[in-house]
Amino acid sequence: MIEVQGLHLRYGGVAALDGVNLALRAGEFVALLGASGSGKTTLLRSLAGLEFPDAGQVLIEGRDMAAVPARERGVGFVFQNYALFRHMTVFENIAFGLRIKPRRLRPGRAEIVRRVEELLALVRLPGMGGRHPDQLSGGQRQRVALARALAIEPRVLLLDEPFGALDAKVRKELRHWLRGLHDRLGLTSLFVTHDQDEALELADRVAVMRDGRVVQFDTPEALLAAPADAGVAGFLGDAVPIDCVVRDGQAWFEGLPPVAVAGVAEGKAVAFLRPVDLLVEPGAGEARVAAARQDGRGVRLTVETAGMLLEATPAPGWMPRRGEPCRVTALAARVFPA
Amino acid sequence: MRRRAALPGLGLALGVTWLWLGLIVLVPLSALVLRPWELGLAGVWASVTEPRVVAALGLSFGAALGAALVDLPLGLLIAWVVVRYRFPGRRVLDAAIDLPFALPTAVAGLALTALYAPNGWLGAPLAAMGVTVAFTPLGVAVALAFVGLPFVVRMVEPVLRDLGPEAEEAAAVLGATRWQAWRRVVLPALGPALVSGVALAFARAVGEYGSVIFIAGNRPMESEIAPLLIVARLEQYDYAGAAALGLAMLLLSFVFLVVFGLMQRRLRRGVV
Repeated sequence: MIEVQGLHLRYGGVAALDGVNLALRAGEFVALLGASGSGKTTLLRSLAGLEFPDAGQVLIEGRDMAAVPARERGVGFVFQNYALFRHMTVFENIAFGLRIKPRRLRPGRAEIVRRVEELLALVRLPGMGGRHPDQLSGGQRQRVALARALAIEPRVLLLDEPFGALDAKVRKELRHWLRGLHDRLGLTSLFVTHDQDEALELADRVAVMRDGRVVQFDTPEALLAAPADAGVAGFLGDAVPIDCVVRDGQAWFEGLPPVAVAGVAEGKAVAFLRPVDLLVEPGAGEARVAAARQDGRGVRLTVETAGMLLEATPAPGWMPRRGEPCRVTALAARVFPA
Repeated sequence: MRRRAALPGLGLALGVTWLWLGLIVLVPLSALVLRPWELGLAGVWASVTEPRVVAALGLSFGAALGAALVDLPLGLLIAWVVVRYRFPGRRVLDAAIDLPFALPTAVAGLALTALYAPNGWLGAPLAAMGVTVAFTPLGVAVALAFVGLPFVVRMVEPVLRDLGPEAEEAAAVLGATRWQAWRRVVLPALGPALVSGVALAFARAVGEYGSVIFIAGNRPMESEIAPLLIVARLEQYDYAGAAALGLAMLLLSFVFLVVFGLMQRRLRRGVV
């Protein structure tokens, strides 16, 4: 559906895209995950025809986009700050893509009204057509931007940090709603985010970008289970890097029992441990509870062992108290040679 | 009990505002409004309907309007270039825009006259093409366009910067051609600022004196502007006559500015 091959783009000597390869299947919902400056927005804009790569190819539905200007690509694009037309009403914003079509393709007036009403209902803003963008909340503007992008009936939807400017609660609501919309409309969507929770929770596959390259492109499960390198491992799942030594198929730590690892060269290494990888049980051991706090999601536990503070998971049914001695077991670790 | 407000000091701020506005603007203007009536109503009417006065008022307002309308596309283009592009010399260009503000107007007038005189750098080739600028109404408009240009640029610039390239990009992705993006997205967003800029340029041009009198040639009934006529009356100690003409200019200016204000309000609907 979307294919990117060897895309390069330099901004005054700095490589924003440094050989990006990526292929999306039809109907996929894919996240572009990376720190700021990793090139994810540049890649998205290149797909929309808003940036012009120095080398490489972009194919959408098998068609080479090199000579196709943005206005003829027919992709939906939602800007990070929505870029709504402030002097137009919500209705006019959404109708824009229809009204500017060449006369022979342009729907009639009544048809445009019908389509806009339909889109307003779809983004759950019925009756809001007469408002101006500055009379809407952030979440509502976001949905108007989406409706405007969908008005031209794109097969491909590109979203730049779609939830970036929203508060946590609205963000969560919109996430699931957007995913549902994608599935219902049969779109192929690519969204940029720096929030790993968002990427891992929503996307069918996640493309992790670093320094203008896609370093790993896989399902969330596979990314978490087998990160391609230390950088990806450190980026995902609140993992903490811990020095270790690999010997006899096991990673040996200071202050933690060894963990079995496979296929890692012997010698010094770095292990990435997520809170869910560390099981803490009460009882005599060399660790001690540094902090324990109940919040909406359960118990958040920090243990101290060998001078390290680690976030960990308490054994079921145990409410740890501060200062209590405990034992820590590492259930799994992703280990890379140092 | 008085209500407390988050922004205190309304009474004081408003009082000082009215005091200064009164001292600086309203008192002189009311003197202007009161002065002419010593001529009597008929006298005032006769004084402002003299053919020479009518011609001068026509030239002043016509040329000011024409100049402001010339400044509109020119100022928009300059603002566009300064905001949207990065090029060597951009800062110099940016600073040069304000020069007509800073220059003593008489200096500008002398420079323009030298330039457009029949033997000047621009005047000579134009004369060869059969166009005379210096000492004609056209020359008046040229001088007024010169002094008014910075107003349009500086009014449009911040709005254009605020609009950002994203609105145009959004239009392009939705299928708009360059022209459609301009026509439907950029221009409407800039509309109120453009009208403000034109109104300011116009207001400045109507009152302009120094830069015009040299290039105008000041031939009665042809290239004589109203402010010059006022000065001429003052020199003849005809204070009431000068004030009558001033009053006429004041009323005409007021009417124009109200019209601009109404246009702006219409365009502003929905634009923050």
